[in-house]
Amino acid sequence: MTAIKTEHLTYTYSPGTPFCKTAVDDVNLTIEEGAFVGVIGHTGSGKSTLIQHFNGLLRPTSGRIYIDGEDLWADKQKLRAFRFKVGLVFQYPEYQLFEDTVYKDIAFGPRNMGLSEEEIDRSVREAAAFVGFKEKNFNKSPFELSGGQKRRVAIAGVLAMNPKVLILDEPTAGLDPKGRDRILSQIRDYHAQVKNTVLLVSHSMEDVARYCSKVLVMNHSRLFMYGDTAEVFEHAEEIMQMGLAVPQLTMIFRRLHAAGYPVQQNIYTMEDARAELQKLYAGRKGGAAGC
Amino acid sequence: MLKDITIGQYFPGESVVHRMDSRIKIILTIAYIVMLFLSSNPAGLLVGLFFLWLSYGISHIPYKMILRSLRPVVPIILFTGVLNMFFMDGDPLWQLGFLKITREGVLMAVLMTVRIICLIAGTSLMTYTTSPIALTDAIERLLSPLGRFRLPVHELAMMMTIALRFIPTLIEETDKIMAAQKARGADLETGGIMQRAKALVPILIPLFVSAFRRADELALAMECRCYHGGEGRTRMKQLHLRYYDFVACAFVALCIVGVILINRFVPALL
Repeated sequence: MTAIKTEHLTYTYSPGTPFCKTAVDDVNLTIEEGAFVGVIGHTGSGKSTLIQHFNGLLRPTSGRIYIDGEDLWADKQKLRAFRFKVGLVFQYPEYQLFEDTVYKDIAFGPRNMGLSEEEIDRSVREAAAFVGFKEKNFNKSPFELSGGQKRRVAIAGVLAMNPKVLILDEPTAGLDPKGRDRILSQIRDYHAQVKNTVLLVSHSMEDVARYCSKVLVMNHSRLFMYGDTAEVFEHAEEIMQMGLAVPQLTMIFRRLHAAGYPVQQNIYTMEDARAELQKLYAGRKGGAAGC
Repeated sequence: MLKDITIGQYFPGESVVHRMDSRIKIILTIAYIVMLFLSSNPAGLLVGLFFLWLSYGISHIPYKMILRSLRPVVPIILFTGVLNMFFMDGDPLWQLGFLKITREGVLMAVLMTVRIICLIAGTSLMTYTTSPIALTDAIERLLSPLGRFRLPVHELAMMMTIALRFIPTLIEETDKIMAAQKARGADLETGGIMQRAKALVPILIPLFVSAFRRADELALAMECRCYHGGEGRTRMKQLHLRYYDFVACAFVALCIVGVILINRFVPALL
């Protein structure tokens, strides 16, 4: 089952004026249901524009988008339903908090969906639990929370709509390492539990390598590549040419390989790295004994 | 969508009019307005029209921009024109009950209409060729003598500059917040007035919060760079008078003298 499918998706900002710029150029993409996709690309490569198409905030200049096999723009009346299906967490989502209590703010999305009070209450509690927000703080004003807490409440506001596809645009920007790990592992747990589709826009290759099963690379408004994480990081050279990095572990193993050690090049997780190094070490020992 | 709104009317360019000292432009615009009201003679207004034609030409501002600047004041122009037409005494050309149109009325209506059009087009030329920042700068300099009467001229100008500077930023911010709330299912497009007003709350509150946050940050940043008001402050961009500023002044002076002479010696049509 495919969650998101695009056909020749193209988007141009201010067409017909001197400021005209094509931000997404002929993107053909199929994202399977249940995937955890990392979206990478340097600043201005069209990532943010692309993801805003997936819930109908931007209308493609040409091309089509299908969510769950349904054409997003076929019926404008249904557009709002798609917004609930595809939850989008923007960059710095804490700046959209507005209600006087945390509870009401998380309930904003579910209330717009027209759910009953019990359903709203349940989704708010569930969402808050996912991001580890304590119920005893429900009546606090969102404006008196710390930065990390605000961020988690804002993310909960989208989770509460129980979207089939969850898109997060750099959810960890500006957080300290602890806050970052906390949010990312919460998202991973959420994904594991709900089994929905998650798209994570990130600049950190380490995070992408660690959490994502698939990687989508945007370059100069075009889709450069979409595939399994291992497969994508095999193209380290091209990725680095785009001005992106590969995970530091991958760099180390590429250097080792270049220096003549018999190691794999597409290592990007700590576990694989350990196994590979142990293999290398065992091999050397064996070799030395042979002499 | 909100991005398409242009702020101010500045029309960037490299012409002499663009490079003129913004203080001189303000002064000359005022002089031009005075000239328009001095000329009681149609021939005098021709001088005004000629001035417009020439200065729009020199500054490479397309003439259709005049139409754009006139659009918002069309009702006022029509209103004055019609009023003048009906309420002047003189030779009746047409009469219906108490309503009558006189020859003098028609003339006066045409005169007033041309005068208002020149007025709007002339002042628009100034805003087309001067960036808002340069304008506030010039206003500050021109008003600085009032500082002696304890008018906080520098502070007022700084406030205007900051306000102008933050308009695009706030528009961008509004766009972002709107998108974020739409993503949470906020419905901004349908419903009655009350419903729509209510739908604005989730946008206005974050917008205000962020405006205050930005103001705080800006104040802090200014203090960090030892900003303490206008006293003893020097400028990076000094305004200098060039030869073309003097040429422009001389030309406007000539026009005014011309208008005065026309008023005196050319027989009025009225």
